[in-house]
Amino acid sequence: MKLALKLAYRNLMGAGLRTWLNVIVLSFSFVIIIWMKGAMTGWDYQAKTDMKNYEIGGGQYWHENYDPYDPLTLTDSHAPIPGEAKNEIDRGEMLAVLVVQGSIFPQGRMQPVIIKGIDPHQNILKLPTGSLDTVPEAIPAFIGTMMANNSRLSVGDYVTMRWRDTHGTFDAAEILITAVFSSDVPAAEAGTIYIPLKKLQQMTLLDNHATILTFRDSDISRPELEGWTLKTSEKLTHQVDEMIRTKSVGQNVLYGILIILAMLAIFDTQVLSIFRRQKEIGTYIALGYTRNEVVGLFTVEGAMHALFAAVLATVYGLPFLLWQAKVGWTMPIDTSEFGMAMAQTLYPIYTVGLVVTTILIVFITTAIVSYIPSRKIAKMNPTEALRGKLQ
Amino acid sequence: MEIIRIKNLTKRFPMGKGEFTALRDINLEFGTGEFAGLIGPSGSGKTTLLNIVGSLDVPSEGEVFVLGKSIGNLSSREAAQLRKKNMGFIFQSYNLLQVHTVFENVEFPLLLLKYNATERKKMVMDALEWVGLTDKEKSKPPQLSGGECQRVAIARAMVKRPSLVLADEPTANLDAKNSHHILQTMEKLNRELKTTFLFATHDDKVINYLHRKIYLLDGRVDNEEIVEHSQIIQS
Repeated sequence: MKLALKLAYRNLMGAGLRTWLNVIVLSFSFVIIIWMKGAMTGWDYQAKTDMKNYEIGGGQYWHENYDPYDPLTLTDSHAPIPGEAKNEIDRGEMLAVLVVQGSIFPQGRMQPVIIKGIDPHQNILKLPTGSLDTVPEAIPAFIGTMMANNSRLSVGDYVTMRWRDTHGTFDAAEILITAVFSSDVPAAEAGTIYIPLKKLQQMTLLDNHATILTFRDSDISRPELEGWTLKTSEKLTHQVDEMIRTKSVGQNVLYGILIILAMLAIFDTQVLSIFRRQKEIGTYIALGYTRNEVVGLFTVEGAMHALFAAVLATVYGLPFLLWQAKVGWTMPIDTSEFGMAMAQTLYPIYTVGLVVTTILIVFITTAIVSYIPSRKIAKMNPTEALRGKLQ
Repeated sequence: MEIIRIKNLTKRFPMGKGEFTALRDINLEFGTGEFAGLIGPSGSGKTTLLNIVGSLDVPSEGEVFVLGKSIGNLSSREAAQLRKKNMGFIFQSYNLLQVHTVFENVEFPLLLLKYNATERKKMVMDALEWVGLTDKEKSKPPQLSGGECQRVAIARAMVKRPSLVLADEPTANLDAKNSHHILQTMEKLNRELKTTFLFATHDDKVINYLHRKIYLLDGRVDNEEIVEHSQIIQS
């Protein structure tokens, strides 16, 4: 094997440009695959982190009637905060959120909104809830950038908000926008207005009621609460996983094409080598190689392209990948319209597993592609090969 | 000591629906240090015989023993071992590895025999000195003349000091001056190292150097001639 490696190295170096063209194509595959996979991993990480930071914390209890995709259920999806949760809420380990339907009237247009009542002193979510504690003379509210853009509201604006209390009576009041936050989490921003929890409970006559109980990220095992459904962070981010998986399928097709292109180049070189180097093959056999050893040599030679490609990819790919991890990849289109937790700039994350898997896949594929045409050598007649006669 | 023994050798090749007999009932023996040649026109079977002796091909009938081993009964691995350890090959078109340097070409058989780097270096330089190419060790075959390429091939064949060197039309691509040069080199190595040389040729220049001439015609031994040492010197 050592000898095969040595000879393969000499042969590839001696082949010059032919070798380097293959190596460049293959190294390109390495870098692109790692970069794109890294971007996916980065997106996955960013989406989950943002969701935890701005929406779901370490997990949630949902009122049993709550269905975020059906606003009509909101009227009945609230209940008094259970006693088991009160201690945690008092200690700041849990956050009660009341969710009701409402409307606002920016510039005279009616716009349906979800009103969320949240404790101004919470620190479980990275929402600017501190801004809800600053205006005693009006109902303070904050919104996300997405909502601000849609309703053309900004900090300092007053807007009329209408809601229904628990008896179905409509009421309305002016709210003051005290902050606008940006989170990359559409569910936390789109069509949502945050106001103080106590105020919303008063407005809806739902004293001590909540729809969602969000708890801090910890290893504590969560008990079931009667009338509430436990949603772990894994369950709540499951959709992100599904989405990434769906995206990955499309991406894998691209990797496949990239690898096929590189493998075609290697396969072509191998086939050509076996035709052009018949005399050399015969010489190896005459000098004491068995035919199978020559097959091994040619296979190693082909597979060594992947090794060179990995080295070349490290030379130009490593700085590129590190630079990308630092500055990120800014999407050319507005990602806020995507309807999923996606930052405008994705920061690729490269794991050891990703790099090792990519290298292994390319290595194994290259070795197989190199071996297939080389098998022909095993059937060659050495005396014909020595004369360079095509077989 | 006997190096090669050929007993009732017949070699047939399939041709269309029938067979073509390249060698018929050949019986020959070669001892250590012989400088012998198989002489004959194209198609007389000399290269076929050389290939069988070189364990690159097998007899259809009869037996060929090289260094006591029956060629027809060797596995491909055993045949490769025999070639690797005991045989050197010199070809008409040199068959050098084009992308390797002169040094690397000559070093190749030693790599197969797993000599260490120091030994290899010394043996390669010795071999290049025998053929007068120490100054070309870093050159590659495309940078050499035909005569130089064949001298590299001789160095490659001789570097491991094999018992037997098989040379198939070694001067066919060389001019007279280069032919004489490499033949003198081979004769010198034969004399000094007692290596057995077996040629396949129809070149008069080579024939004049041979100590033993075996004439083949249509696959049979037509004639055999032993040349006295004094005659060779005269020639």
